[in-house]
Amino acid sequence: MPSNDRTDVIIVGGGIVGAAIARELAKYDLNVLLLERHPDLAMETTKANSAILHAGFDASPGSLKALLNVRGNELFRQLQADLGLELKLTGSLVVATSAAEMDAIGELYSRGGENGVPGLKILSREQVLDIEPNLTEQTLGALHAPTAGIISPFGAALAFAENAALNGVKIIRECPVTAIAVTDGRIAGVHTPHGFIAARFVVNAAGVGADTVSRLAGDDSFRIKPRKGEYLLFDKKASCLVKTVVFPTPTKVSKGILVSPTVHGNMFVGPNALDCRDADDVDTSAAGLAEIVAGAEKLVPGIPVGASITQFAGLRAVADGGDFIIGPSPAVGGLVHAAGIQSPGLTAAPAIAERVAAVLRDLGLEMKPNRRFNPVNPPRVLFSELDAAARQALIRENPLYGRVICRCETITEGEIVAAIHSVCGARTVDGVKRRTRAGMGRCQGGFCGPRVTAILARELSLPVTAVRKDTVGSYLFFDKIPRLCEVDSR
Amino acid sequence: MIEQAYDVVVVGGGPAGLAAAVSASDNGALRVLVIERDRELGGILQQCIHNGFGLHRFQQELTGPGYAGRYIRMVGERPNIAVLLDTMVLSVAGDKTILAVNPRDGLLKITAAAVVFAMGCRERTRGAIRIPGSRPAGVFTAGAAQRMVNMEGYLPGKKIVILGSGDIGLIMARRLSLEGCDVKAVLEIMPYSNGLTRNVVQCLEDFGIPLHLSHTVVGVHGKDRVTGITCAKVDDALRPVPGSEFDLECDCLLLSVGLIPENELSGDLGIEMDGLTGGPVVDQLRQTSLPGFFAAGNVVHVHDLVDFVSEEGETAGKYAARHACGLSSSVGRLARIMASDGVRTAVPQVVRLDDVRTAPVRLYMRVARPERRVTLRLLSNSELLLERVLPVAKPGEMVVADIPADKLRAIGDVVTVVLRRQGGEQGE
Amino acid sequence: MNKQEEKRRISCIVCPLSCVGEVSIADGKITGMAGFSCPRGQDYAREEVTAPKRTLTSTVRISGGRLPLLPVVSRQPLPKDKIMACAGCLSTVAVSAPVREGDVIVADILGLGVDVVASRDMTAREEPPGGMMG
Repeated sequence: MPSNDRTDVIIVGGGIVGAAIARELAKYDLNVLLLERHPDLAMETTKANSAILHAGFDASPGSLKALLNVRGNELFRQLQADLGLELKLTGSLVVATSAAEMDAIGELYSRGGENGVPGLKILSREQVLDIEPNLTEQTLGALHAPTAGIISPFGAALAFAENAALNGVKIIRECPVTAIAVTDGRIAGVHTPHGFIAARFVVNAAGVGADTVSRLAGDDSFRIKPRKGEYLLFDKKASCLVKTVVFPTPTKVSKGILVSPTVHGNMFVGPNALDCRDADDVDTSAAGLAEIVAGAEKLVPGIPVGASITQFAGLRAVADGGDFIIGPSPAVGGLVHAAGIQSPGLTAAPAIAERVAAVLRDLGLEMKPNRRFNPVNPPRVLFSELDAAARQALIRENPLYGRVICRCETITEGEIVAAIHSVCGARTVDGVKRRTRAGMGRCQGGFCGPRVTAILARELSLPVTAVRKDTVGSYLFFDKIPRLCEVDSR
Repeated sequence: MIEQAYDVVVVGGGPAGLAAAVSASDNGALRVLVIERDRELGGILQQCIHNGFGLHRFQQELTGPGYAGRYIRMVGERPNIAVLLDTMVLSVAGDKTILAVNPRDGLLKITAAAVVFAMGCRERTRGAIRIPGSRPAGVFTAGAAQRMVNMEGYLPGKKIVILGSGDIGLIMARRLSLEGCDVKAVLEIMPYSNGLTRNVVQCLEDFGIPLHLSHTVVGVHGKDRVTGITCAKVDDALRPVPGSEFDLECDCLLLSVGLIPENELSGDLGIEMDGLTGGPVVDQLRQTSLPGFFAAGNVVHVHDLVDFVSEEGETAGKYAARHACGLSSSVGRLARIMASDGVRTAVPQVVRLDDVRTAPVRLYMRVARPERRVTLRLLSNSELLLERVLPVAKPGEMVVADIPADKLRAIGDVVTVVLRRQGGEQGE
Repeated sequence: MNKQEEKRRISCIVCPLSCVGEVSIADGKITGMAGFSCPRGQDYAREEVTAPKRTLTSTVRISGGRLPLLPVVSRQPLPKDKIMACAGCLSTVAVSAPVREGDVIVADILGLGVDVVASRDMTAREEPPGGMMG
């Protein structure tokens, strides 16, 4: 449990928003604690979304979404080098296939201008097809946004968290908040299965659970409606049909089903949009997968469905007001919400963090700069991207870099061990996957999964049967249990 | 960086690679190297602890490790075969320079006069067949589970459902039953099992495990661990039939839904591939479209019997050795083998015809669907090269037939392979 | 027809034809057979009905070896109804490396007159036992 030091701020939730806030607060001389209920960070909305760095032309001018999207996009580009973010500025296209849609992208263009999005252009059919020759024949034109890009969302969350931890933020995983103590209308601390933690401020960054956390403190001011989106991811070897993020012209409820490359060189399609009751319902369905393929086919015909390597669903945390909810609780002193963070929440996250820091300052939190703050994460070894001399030197220093564990992505045992022992390191098989890509390839861990399990067991001094896939109870293997025998063996 | 030169380098130390290395050594290659990524030789045979291997090759019934052991000893008896274990090939260049890596030597640059690809195959995954539902722990491919149970000492679950009734799925049903697990059912999307009748009898019927033909999994349930699956009957187009769904309670779903030749290295080289087998196009010498690059075993096409894998490895190793000794295998014209009318695949896909070649050409074929009393016919230039009545033909078992040497001269540019039902009707 | 008569369907595994035949049994004796197209199939069906046998393959624990498990095989087929008991027996057995293929691991298992032998060599290793990472 945390030290006896007074805790200034407890951040509830270790997704991209909580992690970005943790890193922002690490810039100040504060005692900050981040609590995550799962065995790893980035396990909910952050791990299953469109992984897009949005330019910022979608949201209504003046909304928090619009403001923080554009600012977040700028911050991400600034932070890329320091944090070692996997980010590519591919640009995005909103494709119009009818006169009405051409009008709509014209509106997006003006809206983007009002929101302060740089570099927007309306492209002609020829210009669009020149960039993306695999688009539908029906293409009439597109809105091009050069500042849009693609990013590894869980990679970004882990990078923020790592930097926060290196700069003194304590991160405790498998630590759900079970109750919030309020005294005289002010936050007193939080209860967890590991004990009570006193704190002056609680930042609610609990994603689809943000309304539940708010109610724990007695604040019933908003509701989160989870809205599910399903995705299909394709093998790298299947030709990636697009180079940029390709959106259809949006409707009122959704940006639509898009086709995009990932930072790791795969292609994906999705999401659809389904309101659901459960905040943990991430089941995919045959109908949903058919829907996203059909939607993607309208934009980019010839989606190679047979080359899909996995499908998944994520939940958007949609607040009843529609916009982000960022600011002090109207009911409880010391409670600050960063809630309702649906799209473009990933892009906005570092800007949300700045805003939360400003709110805390306004609420009277003394924020002296942390003189020892180091904004730079240590470099991560990526064996597959090194030249021969560097590989050779690395293996001589640590032979584990000479053993390839994930064949599809060429990930070595050295990288996996480093991911386990890094700050806020991997504890689960999927945690290793999110940090190293081991198991993300076409065999989806069929070969390396058991080996990663064994490495986790060895490095964490656990029995193999105690190693988990992802969630708290997701144990992978059972021991063979000896039975009674009627005779003695030799 | 360590640099080494060999006559023949074999990538993969499973049954195909071991047979290729032995054969290369026996056919004139002076220096042979086997590169194996696992900690020991033998490949997948080491986890196939059941019996039934080797009836053709050794005229006795062996276990998988027993079969592998025979070839491992043959390799050990030939001092000119070197073995690199725990070593991963990172790339193979068109000039036959191989970059490999292991913890002991670091990077290795290996040059070869001829290369034999023998990387085997991998298992098709849940993602590839798009089973909807949640993504809890407890969904494994059957082969991964087999390794855990037979070599590592762990069980993938206690209450098991298996999707896919190929031999691996059936064998795992028995294996887990013997380990005290409750195997609830085996589901098969096709109207027939792809496994041997012997395995249906001895792995399912013996243990009272139901086999649901024309059924598939339409949902996986559970947040942490699998708690059950929903299965449904499928129609003739293999689509789930609405209303036919039922749930099976289980904590583990094993997938035995197909094998995919592991051809990342061959594909990167631009070697011509066969879209149906998933492997490279080869001639009867097992040479690919790139001279000096040979391939054998499940990397070429998924075999049913390891004996045929060894046979293919022997062929590839022999001609790789000859290539390394300067005896080119690239003379003569090529004829295409075209499988059609009920024959799904045929290997080799091309036949090399030169004036000196007098050996019969053995074809390995897979039929598209189960057939009874059909006639297999090979035709070229409207001449019948071969006609054979097959009392029974199943997609899961390869049909093997030789084009007689004296018929080779009659071959034109194309050989067609067809099935005819009795009465001359097509075997569709 | 004899009231005691029972019919059993047997899938023949002798050859790829996979005949499915029927064996009639009355008072514990075979009274008739139908559907098997050759004498080998009839012999197989007769044995399946009277004294079915199976080869057993499984694993036993091994210490000091390159792997934690040693695969084993019954040298001859065992009575089918004793297979589970024999598998249960093997699950409690532990041996030490080195072992050679063919070494007897359990002699005369459950008094059935059949030895269970190692189906591969397992050399000893000096480092701690391998398991998955080897």
